[in-house]
Amino acid sequence: MIDLGPHAVYIVWAYLGVAVAIAALIGFKLVESRRLSARLAALETAGADRSATHP
Amino acid sequence: MNVENTSKQSWWTRIAHPGQFVAWSRRLLVPLWIATAALFVLGLWLAFFASPEDYQMGDTVRIMYVHVPTAWLSQFVYGVMSVSAIGTLVWRHPMADVSMKAAAPLGATFTALALYTGALWGRPTWGTFWEWDGRMTSTLVLLLIYFGIVALWRAFDDQLRAARIVAVFTLVGAVNIPIIKFSVDWWATLHQPASVFRLDGPTMPGSILTPLFVMVFAFTALFLTLHLIGMHTEVRRRRVMSLERRLAQRGAA
Amino acid sequence: MMSAFTAILLRDLKLALRTGGDWLTLALFFVMVGIVVPFAIGPDRELLSRLAPGIVWIAAFLSVLLGLDRLFRADHEDGTLLLLRLSDLPLAGVVLAKLIAHWLLTALPLLAATPLLAVMLSMDPPAFLRAVVSLLVGTPGLVALGTVGAAVTVTIRRGGLIAPVLILPLAIPLLIFGVGAITTGPGPDQSGTALLLLAAISLIAVAVTPFAAALAITSAED
Repeated sequence: MIDLGPHAVYIVWAYLGVAVAIAALIGFKLVESRRLSARLAALETAGADRSATHP
Repeated sequence: MNVENTSKQSWWTRIAHPGQFVAWSRRLLVPLWIATAALFVLGLWLAFFASPEDYQMGDTVRIMYVHVPTAWLSQFVYGVMSVSAIGTLVWRHPMADVSMKAAAPLGATFTALALYTGALWGRPTWGTFWEWDGRMTSTLVLLLIYFGIVALWRAFDDQLRAARIVAVFTLVGAVNIPIIKFSVDWWATLHQPASVFRLDGPTMPGSILTPLFVMVFAFTALFLTLHLIGMHTEVRRRRVMSLERRLAQRGAA
Repeated sequence: MMSAFTAILLRDLKLALRTGGDWLTLALFFVMVGIVVPFAIGPDRELLSRLAPGIVWIAAFLSVLLGLDRLFRADHEDGTLLLLRLSDLPLAGVVLAKLIAHWLLTALPLLAATPLLAVMLSMDPPAFLRAVVSLLVGTPGLVALGTVGAAVTVTIRRGGLIAPVLILPLAIPLLIFGVGAITTGPGPDQSGTALLLLAAISLIAVAVTPFAAALAITSAED
């Protein structure tokens, strides 16, 4: 690893904080997307919409 | 009635119809992820191994490679929201609503990150985590506006009605942001005549600019990817809500 | 058209004055904020007079935000707002009439109570005069931004809490130039410039916000 000089702590914390926040953001978005896809699939197989319009 | 007209219409429905939009834009996700990852790898390599330390700031210049992109996104995302707000109000475009709603939390996150990295950059450079200087203060006000917009979205039960109202507020905020920027700058110079350290564009050498631009593109690609995912999620959420409502109605009947 | 405008204005004034002391309570709140601050920072007269411009504006800020919810809520709940939309006066005109009525009911009592605050915060007469002018010029803009907040949240049941949070960041320029128009030092005296900028922002706000608020109300009630 390269030498970051006397202020290495701040640089490391900056990158660490951004990395953690972005990872959390990506994780949250993916989990939310999965959850809603599953819910939608469950509702559609239950025939919540089709049976009313297409018998 | 001619061919051109129908092809234009189908182009319009492909963007405007939520189901069709999800269907064709899903194929964009994988390329977007790859582009984001590649840009980040390149940008981080340039930032840490291929760029020298600044003669004035030393190694703390490396914080700029995450600070400037997040600060740029904090304003770019508001621009995306404003354009979507116009789409909602003028054309009543359904995907504009969805785009507006998906962008707000992302914008808040990037603005918070811009403040966080700015504070960590300010500590070794200015000797303090927080300085009430013009740029940091107006970014803080922008964060407050983002929080207000997210809170407004969450306050409505009916998301279709919420969209137009949030659009009005977003545009009022967009008109206000330059005024806030100007007034905060005036206020900061009034109370603090000593000039703070400035990083002006033309004085930066190319060795710093190259990684900076790559990181800006990387973060923008990340935003576009997450924004698209957020839009898909929002479309599904609306569909789930309408299906559940229909189910409940049938149960009641 | 003009008569419809004045009719709405007079109606709002009459309703508020008949039902009693809301405007008095608001003035009382304004004075009380000014009284509470010395307890928080100590009775040092010199310090108080230095902080007075800021305290006066914070008090005005909070009082105006506190009164926002009354602007459209009652009219929305009993259906008057729906009727007003059908009148031949455009909705933006209705909003402007209500804005002026609201300013007369909230900001004028504050201005009347300013001498009290000036004495207790030991402002000197010129500073007091500047404070009155600054409030007179700045509060219309504050109320105008408030109408947007009230219009945007009118259909939300808990809107009374959200409107101030939405409006506060947008009103920061008014606060900056409002305080700037009262303070003269340290450094070069820029209170004149600040007053002009305050007047400009206030005018823009009063001119633009009725349209935004009207658009928000029509979108909310459709």
